[in-house]
Amino acid sequence: MAKVVAVTGNEACANALRQVNPDVCGIYPITPQTDMMQRFASYIADGKVDTESILVESEHSSMSACIGASAAGGRVVTATSSQGLALMWEMLHIASSDRLPIIMPVVNRALSGPLNIHGDHSDAMGARDTGWIQIWSENGQEAYDNTIQAFRIGEHMDIRLPVMVCLDGFIISHSIERMEYLEDQEVRDFVGPFKNFLPLLDIDKPKSYGPLILTDLYHEYKRAQHEVMTKVKDVVLDVAKDFEKLSGRKYGIFETYRLEDADIAIVILNSAAGTTKDVIDEFRDKGIKAGLLKPRLFRPFPFDEIAEALKHLKAVCVMDRADSFGSYGPLFMEVASALYPLEKKPLLMNKIYGLGGRDYLPSHAAQVISELHESAKSDRINTRKEYIGVRE
Amino acid sequence: MKAKGWKDLPPGAVVLEGGSAARFKTGSWRAFRPVWKEENCIQCLFCWIYCPDMSVPVNDGKRGEFDYNYCKGCGICALECPGKKGQKAIVMVEEGK
Repeated sequence: MAKVVAVTGNEACANALRQVNPDVCGIYPITPQTDMMQRFASYIADGKVDTESILVESEHSSMSACIGASAAGGRVVTATSSQGLALMWEMLHIASSDRLPIIMPVVNRALSGPLNIHGDHSDAMGARDTGWIQIWSENGQEAYDNTIQAFRIGEHMDIRLPVMVCLDGFIISHSIERMEYLEDQEVRDFVGPFKNFLPLLDIDKPKSYGPLILTDLYHEYKRAQHEVMTKVKDVVLDVAKDFEKLSGRKYGIFETYRLEDADIAIVILNSAAGTTKDVIDEFRDKGIKAGLLKPRLFRPFPFDEIAEALKHLKAVCVMDRADSFGSYGPLFMEVASALYPLEKKPLLMNKIYGLGGRDYLPSHAAQVISELHESAKSDRINTRKEYIGVRE
Repeated sequence: MKAKGWKDLPPGAVVLEGGSAARFKTGSWRAFRPVWKEENCIQCLFCWIYCPDMSVPVNDGKRGEFDYNYCKGCGICALECPGKKGQKAIVMVEEGK
């Protein structure tokens, strides 16, 4: 039986972790994630979980501790944001290339400098090439559901990869929303007991993690790492099917909103998708056929499926809450790559919005949809890449 | 032996056997060589404890000559060696001299 609650995104993720009851958790505070690990630490202190907490002196150490615990044979979690994720950077690659299914909510926050604690996607986008699976969440419910599903995805015997579950800092992490919790037992049955794979603590079968591998085999190991990523999409969909049976909530590799019969569309991640959907409804009422595509699985990126979903459109705007300075926004680059093989492709533009927690307003969505509408009519775009909601 | 292809590799580059580092000889990295002076050695075995590799063989509780196949010349044994009457039992000597 689902329980209806009013909670923040951080609270929901902490509760999901409590329900899963992992073996080990690396804990280090950083805004806006702090509140999630603080709540989880309370569960540990109150005996609500059997998790062993490792309090560390930095996120670099936190990820290192998680890697050790995961290689030893435990079900391992941690959480971070922004500078914390940046400080983990070198260890993120170790976790994925050692094929350790560590589960980590990432509460998205801007990177310094200037120092800023508010929500944008520059932290997780900076970690997109670390070999982690990335699942993005629009609201607290999705963050909760994705956290639970992440265990089944990362721990799948054909996958064994770490997973980041991304949710927007403050906008989702600290806002109270109505959502539904599953029962503890339902979650435990859904994720199942942790299955070991090459655990270090199996002392009858000694083994080593992290060898030196030079020109003879490194290239082959990276090829194998690419291969496992190609299997992730099907596992994500299978897990989503099982999750739908349990919860009634349907998930795919991306969500579409009024896209099938649309002429123009916005591609956008996480919380800003909600605002955009409302504005799309307003334009639909005026007879303008706008739609939306919100990626859920960002790594691996489902190129073929996204191309298929967008190919009928006249114009598409990809909106990025992060910038790759001197290039396009990271989401734009993926969507452009996805569309490139199509013979007939939509006009494509890139808008950078909401950096450092700058509000994304309905008027911004309206401005973009109006521009898309004009572009579709005139068959030309004004600017390939542009900042919106920025003062001149 | 045919070199392994990417489909033949254990996931995560995990080495699935114990003691395989013994096959990886690293002595050629050395720029300074530790030299054991048995007359100054009190057999405290600090060198054996501190050696990060396996360059100090011990038999019947006593150390013998260095195994230079694994010694990278880090010098920690010479640093820790208490010696006898102010004389070190391990000194570092530049290779090639």
